[in-house]
Order: sequence, then C-alpha cells, then structure tokens
Amino acid sequence: MNGVAFMLPIALGMGLLGLVAFFWSLKRGQFSDLDGAAARILIEDEEREP
Amino acid sequence: MTAPARALTVSESATVHTVLAVPGMHCAGCMGKVERALAALDGVTSARTNLTARTVEVVHQSEIETPALVAALAAIGFDAQPREIEAEPVSAVKPLLAPLGVAAFACMNVMLMSVSVWSGAEGTTRSLFHWVSALIGVPAIAYAGRPFFASAWKVLRHGKTNMDVPISIGVTIATGLSFYETLSGGAEAWFDGVLMLLMFLLAGRVLDAMMRDRARSGVDALLRQVATGAMVVAADGTTRWLDTKSLQPGMLMRVAAGERLAADGEVLRGQTRLDQSLLTGESAPVQAGPGTLVHAGTLNVDAPVDVRVTAIGQDTALSEIARLMEAAGQSRSKYVRIADRAARLYAPAVHTLAGLTFAGWMLAGAGWYQSLVIAIAVLIITCPCALGLAVPVAQVVAAGALLKKGLLVKDGSALERMAEVDRLLLDKTGTLTLGRPVPDDVALDALSAPQASVALALASHSRHPLSLGLVQALSARGIPAAILEDVREEPGQGVTARWNGLSVALGRPASAQGMATALRIEGDPVRVIPFADRLRPDTTEALVWLEALGVESSILSGDSVTAVAAVSHATGLTAQAAASPADKQEAIQRLQNAGRKVMMAGDGLNDGPALAAAHASIAPGSASDVGRQAADMVFTADSLLAIPRAIRVSRQTMRVVRQNFVLAIGYNMLAVPLAILGHVTPLIAAIAMSTSSLIVVANSLRLAGEAK
Repeated sequence: MNGVAFMLPIALGMGLLGLVAFFWSLKRGQFSDLDGAAARILIEDEEREP
Repeated sequence: MTAPARALTVSESATVHTVLAVPGMHCAGCMGKVERALAALDGVTSARTNLTARTVEVVHQSEIETPALVAALAAIGFDAQPREIEAEPVSAVKPLLAPLGVAAFACMNVMLMSVSVWSGAEGTTRSLFHWVSALIGVPAIAYAGRPFFASAWKVLRHGKTNMDVPISIGVTIATGLSFYETLSGGAEAWFDGVLMLLMFLLAGRVLDAMMRDRARSGVDALLRQVATGAMVVAADGTTRWLDTKSLQPGMLMRVAAGERLAADGEVLRGQTRLDQSLLTGESAPVQAGPGTLVHAGTLNVDAPVDVRVTAIGQDTALSEIARLMEAAGQSRSKYVRIADRAARLYAPAVHTLAGLTFAGWMLAGAGWYQSLVIAIAVLIITCPCALGLAVPVAQVVAAGALLKKGLLVKDGSALERMAEVDRLLLDKTGTLTLGRPVPDDVALDALSAPQASVALALASHSRHPLSLGLVQALSARGIPAAILEDVREEPGQGVTARWNGLSVALGRPASAQGMATALRIEGDPVRVIPFADRLRPDTTEALVWLEALGVESSILSGDSVTAVAAVSHATGLTAQAAASPADKQEAIQRLQNAGRKVMMAGDGLNDGPALAAAHASIAPGSASDVGRQAADMVFTADSLLAIPRAIRVSRQTMRVVRQNFVLAIGYNMLAVPLAILGHVTPLIAAIAMSTSSLIVVANSLRLAGEAK
C-alpha cells in the first residue's frame, strides 16, 4: 500500500506531463503543417559555409 | 505616448507578419527555395512555409512592402499572392485534437489502474483504484464525449437518429453504472472501456476531418492561382490593379489579351475576340467591338480592350447560375451517409437486445441490480467502436491513394455517392477536350531546331492563348529558347523581334482559317502552325474502362451542334448539343427520375448547376471556380483516366467499408451471447474492442495501393 501511495502520483504526474506537453504543442501550432514537417527534413542547406 | 515618438518606432523597427499564398510549392526543395529567397531580403527577420496550406509566413520590417516579397518569389519562379485574412479556412481537425488527447491520456492512465484490478487487487486497494479511475475518467469522458453528445442531441431534437445516439446512450449509461459501482465498492468499473471507445471513435473522426481539410486546402490552392481583379484606368489615364471585390460599376477596365474579365461590362474601345467557353461551353471565340456586352469569366483572346463595368458581384450574369445551383444542391444534401444508414438499423437492434436481456433476467428471477448490470454489459459490448472506424479509415486511405494520382476528394460522402454511379454525362469543352488550343504535331515536326527555338522564344513573350499553348508544347519537347533582341508585342498582331540580325515575327497568318499562328523568319518561307482544342489524352482508353465498369456515357454540351458532332464522331458517344445550364440540369433530373445514378463531369460556369444536381460530380483542375467548388472531386492531371479511376476506387472503398461492417458486427456477435449470459467482464470488453478496431484498420489499409 505504501508503494502504491508513492507510485500512483508519479504515474499520474507523468501522464499529466504528457498531456500538458501535447496541449502546449497544439497551441504552438506544431500540428498545423504535418505535410511540411515531414518534408522539412529533406530541405538542403545549400548556402551553408564550411 | 506622443505622436512623433510613435512615428519613430514605426519607421525604425516595427515588424509585421505577412502571409503569402504560394500555390506552386509542393516539395521540400520548393520550401527551402522559398524560405531562403525571402530570408535573403534585407529587413526580413524570418520566413516559414506551411506546406499543408501552401503558404509562407514572413516576419519583416514594415518598410518592405508586399510587392517586394512577391517579386522575390517571382524571381525564383513561384507565383505568390497576399493571403486575405478573412479567407483563412477553419480547420475541421483542430477542435477534435484536444478531445482526442484527453481521451488518450485518460484511457492510458485508467487502463493502468484496470490492469491492477484485473490481476486481482481487492478490498481497499481496488476501491482506491476505482476512485482514482473515476476521478480521471468522469471529467475526461464529459470533455472528450462532447462532440458525440452534441451531435446526438442535435438529431434527437429533430426526431431522427444517427451513429452518435447509441454511442452517447452507451457512454452515459456505462459511466453512470461505473460511478455507482465505485460509490458502493463494487467489483467492476468500466471507465477504461468507455475511454477506449471514445479514443477510437475520436481517432476515426480526426481521420475523416483530415481528409476534408486536405482536399479543401488543395482546392483553395487551385483557386488562388486565378488572379481575380482588373487593371483599372482612372480618369487621368493612370492605371492600377484592383481586386474583383473593389470594382465598382462605371469603372474602366483595361483587359489584356490572355486575361479573364473580372466583371460584366460593355466594350468601349478596341476590337477583339472573346472565348466564352467557361460560360456557355461554346468553343469558337466570338467577335467583340465597341458596344458589345461582355460577361465576367470570359477570356480575352486577341487584343487589349477597354471595358466599362456595368455590373459586379450579385448583379452579374453569374447570379442566374448561382440561383440555379442553390436549388440543385438540395437533393444531394438529402443523401444519408452509409454510417448513419447503418445506425438506423443498428441502434434499435442493440437497444431492443439490451431491453430483452433485462426483461429475460428479471423473469429468470434475478434482482433489479443484477439484471441492469447485465443489460448494460450488452450495451457496452455492442457499442459501435469498430463501426466508428469502419467508414473513415477506409475512405481516408482511399483518398490518400487517389491524391497521389492527382485526384482530390472533397469528403467521404463523395466516395460513397461516386460508387453508386451508373450513368456519366460529360461536358465537351474543357472536360472531354483539354479546353485550350494545342498546336498541331505535324506542323511542329516540320520546324527545324532553330525555327522551333525562335518560335518558343517569341511565344514566351506573349500571354495570348495560342502563345501559351505553343510554349507548353515546345517546352515539352525539350527545345531551348533562342536569344532575341528588340522584342515587341503588338496587340492583335503578334510578337516581333530580331534574331542574329534577322527580323522574326510570330503572328496572325494572312489567311486566317480557324485557329493558327504564322512564324515569319527573314529569308525563310512563312510557317503556319494550326491549333485545335484536342481530346484529353487516354480518352479512348478511359471510355473503354468506363464501359467495363458498367457506366453508360454520353456528351452534354453547350457548344454548337457542328462542334459537338465532331467530338461525338471521334469518341463514338451520343451527344446533346446547345444545352443551356438549365437544360443540363433538366437532363440530369430526367435521368435521375428514371432511377439512374448520374455522374456529371464538367468544368464551366454553365456546368455548375448540373455538377450540383448530379448524384456525384468531378471537375478538372482547369475548371472555373464555380465548377471546382461544386464538384465532389477535382482531377489535376490531363488524362481522362481520372474519371474511371475515381469510380473504380470509390467502388473498392465501399466494398472494404462493407467488409469492415461485417467484421465489426461479426466480432460483436461473438461477444453478445457472453454478455447476455452475464459473463462479460470489463477485461473481455477491452480486448474485444481493441481487437475489432485493429482488424478494421488493417483491412482498410489494403486500399493504399488500389488507385493504379
């Protein structure tokens, strides 16, 4: 029972952290351009100097 | 703050956000080019593209004007227009993401508790876990279930039912029972099952909304390609560009060759020919001179004209078509989607079953409480979890496969209606044909390489429809453009220039017969290149394919009898010619009254009412705004194969949807006897729910490769 009292808040807190992170990213527009996010990794930085 | 100080901050460091629509951007390379070109400008802080919406958001100093940004993009070959803020489309996905997130979070955490209960937690531990589950579950269910409760309430008020009604009843009753169990320290709570159900259903809704969003942004991108506006000449002779909305009657528009008229009007100066095919379907350009009344949407072919605006917006000749369309769209809005048709049968069946179970156990001598719990278990196990995914997953996968083939599907209902089609009516100009002049291949073959490169260079200096057609055909052959000097375009006559010291010209042939252009190079004989509006590529193949699908096709055109007869002869299709917009709509009505499911393929404004009245409709990407908006699907490639492909994929999609129904209901059938006998526990419900959903999703994914 002691273990439960200890683990339960941790488990819930971690889950809640995930939910908050999801809402934060939703608000910051991270889901507004899913196609672009997929393509962005392929953009070449041609003009980068060595 | 004082006025001078404010002026100072504005001129020094005010940053503004500008959103530009860039319809031509469609890959990572384009994104990189656009962002780099804009970031390279002085005073631009950042530029970020959005590939889904085909826009770029620029943060820049206020002294940089929008035209400078547009010019920077034009320099690297991208058309851009400032995006109107009020045109910002409302996303259908966004309002569903937050409920989905909440349902997923709550489901995972409650499941954690449930697993402990299933593995044998007892007494106070179980009670504690149930309380924690209730604490997370009840608010989460109330929040995540809102889209369903709202929709169910809306139809119930009108005395109807849809899929959301059994969902809402099941969710509410199961939550109530679980809460009672928690309060009374009972053995079984169903919070995990309810939340899983909501999560799966919301995932289905999000997929459905994503499909609509993607198609709409695709159509929006097409719409933005058309510059809607006119060059207005003021009384003092100065000119400026005004968009369509700011035009007023009495203004003087200068319409260049190759431009579309933005408003109805009367020609004041100039002689030209106008292409009215988008309005009337008539392919032959008509003469226009001072005094001729002209309509918005017609294309100026030959020479610039000055037009006095007589009517705008609601007063134009288009309003008649708009009125017809409004009436025509009503029959389609009565269409009931397959999920709701299924719900009409399914909901009464499961509610009767639950009622009978309750009555049966009461008769068998069980108590109120036990009978109620078992009846509710029946409701939960029959809750249409996989049914909620059965339709959207299949349709989203199919729409994605079609998109790769250049077909935009407006929504899921389009696929459902398209699958039922057994009769096809095709517009001629712009649908069966390309709707633009294409130079004769034989004449192009006869040109020598230098001649062809001179022709390409000359044509590239003109916006005349024939020049555009020539540029497209010659570029497709990989011909490089010659370097010219002294290029001059004389309206109505053509383009003249000097090439290697020789005078060269591209212009109207001396004896004009039909559409043709003449290439004159000093010292060479004159080359005449005839043009014609050609049938789309693969037309014969597409018609054979349509016949194999059991779809009877015919032509329904607004063009003259002789023009239609030629195409009718070439394709072997029967035809109705010289049909007005109302005639077209009537022809469709007649066929539908005779029990046929009619599909309309058309592009013009005159096809608008027919596109809206038909059971299903498709328009090419080159269609008028009205055509593209009225159609269920838009195809962007030239090939006519898009039409049979759309029908075939729609039919396959509906086949998979029906399989999904059978799988989902079949799975429920297995679990229902267990539930009626009172053997279903929350554990069995959770397993049944997730397995049937996975099977449905897996079956739908088979459609991914189907749009060949």
